[in-house]
Amino acid sequence: MAITPPQFLLHHDGDNVAVAMTDLQPGTLQGRSVKEGTESTAVLNHAIPLGHKFALTDLAEGDSIIKYGIKVGLASAAIKKGDYIHTHNMRSYRWEASRA
Amino acid sequence: MGSKPRLMGYRRENGAMGIRNHVIILPLDDLSNAAAEAVAKVIPGTLALPHAFGRLQFGEDLQLTFDTLIGTGVNANVAAVVVIGIEPKWTQRVADGIAKTGKPVAAFSIEGKGDLQVIQEASRVAAMFLQDASGLVRTEAEMGDMIMSIKCGESDTTSGLGSCPTTSQAVDRWVDAGGTVFFGETSELTGGEHLIAERCIDAATRDLFQLTYDNYIKVIEATGANLLGSQPTQGNIAGGLTTIEEKALGNIAKTGSVPVVGVLKPAEMPSASKPGLYFMDSSSAAAECVTLMAAGGAVIHLFPTGQGNVIGNPIVPVLKLTANIKTAKSMTEHIDLDVSGLLRYEYDLTKAGDMMMDVIYDTVNGRLCKAEVMGHREFTFTKLYISA
Repeated sequence: MAITPPQFLLHHDGDNVAVAMTDLQPGTLQGRSVKEGTESTAVLNHAIPLGHKFALTDLAEGDSIIKYGIKVGLASAAIKKGDYIHTHNMRSYRWEASRA
Repeated sequence: MGSKPRLMGYRRENGAMGIRNHVIILPLDDLSNAAAEAVAKVIPGTLALPHAFGRLQFGEDLQLTFDTLIGTGVNANVAAVVVIGIEPKWTQRVADGIAKTGKPVAAFSIEGKGDLQVIQEASRVAAMFLQDASGLVRTEAEMGDMIMSIKCGESDTTSGLGSCPTTSQAVDRWVDAGGTVFFGETSELTGGEHLIAERCIDAATRDLFQLTYDNYIKVIEATGANLLGSQPTQGNIAGGLTTIEEKALGNIAKTGSVPVVGVLKPAEMPSASKPGLYFMDSSSAAAECVTLMAAGGAVIHLFPTGQGNVIGNPIVPVLKLTANIKTAKSMTEHIDLDVSGLLRYEYDLTKAGDMMMDVIYDTVNGRLCKAEVMGHREFTFTKLYISA
């Protein structure tokens, strides 16, 4: 397979978060969806390490965060497209007490 | 790659097929660890399994300790067992439970004799067991003869993208070949438990799964605790996982696509006449979970990791795979298979599955996995509540 290693992956088309495949610096990145194989570009606003996530859309506080095509948490603060997402701005919707 | 070589294992007296040939010195309780470890020093080649419990437990919690001890002795990776306890009654109960398989077992108790006499008597028997076990030969085995277990640990986002889907390949191939696989980690299904419920083979299995899941979660939620740092763990968070739901979907990504044919209690053995994928109610803590699955009869374990969990088990080879390139490079002495190339699109998932199967075949046939080489022998009991 002659595919350039993607800089980010999302599980499914339509997920609103992507995962860094190397330690990334802010800028325009090349990525793809694992399930459908759709190639895409995205802009990252912050430096993030391998395995960490960033937003592919703007999110308001309380919006669902979708990964694997399934809700995996809520935005606990407003998040801009390209922003780093982790415990500081995302929380569980199942375990209410689990918050940073 | 991936073409199946001849598999060779140890056929036990009860028909179960093992891939290791351990003679274990099994303490009934914490007080008997010293004598058990002494026997294993006197007779090198035997293996002591020290642990922290076995005293003043009662009810279901006591039963689980018995099930764990007996199941460990019964496991087909074990050729023979010396049980040592502080007093004779429970010691004999464990020995009798193991002896039902037809496997050589001897029981010794310490009260009224002292450690030194017990060590001498038990060592004589251990020596005989070890010599007899060394004469056993491997015979042809099928995947359908063997139970595999799966559980991931120190997961990160690469787990759900790479190492867990690779494990799924092995699960589907193992079950399609007539084998049995255990998965568990009850709390770690949260947010994706409906995906498991949908895969249960019939309504009775689905109801039992849901009841088992709900009961476990009730205990956790009743504490009202902030679980961030516990579940997901600090390692998960360092690896980029933020919520239990996100972690759960990665966890579930390793369970293959085959139906769930049964729900097991912790350490419960499945019916030999009903192979397939089983859910075992269990903690998500690595050593607890693998110990329970070994007691249920698993003879080989696949352990996808992200940040680099190092767990092993005294009697079951625990194979580590990772799709995190940093972990693969920095923890080579622990990682059996690097599938990070999957995320760089150097090969596809079928190929990663072939690579996994090659490591499994080698391990079945006797090649030591990294956890065995490194001496990781975590034998950790699940405690349901306080002791009396």
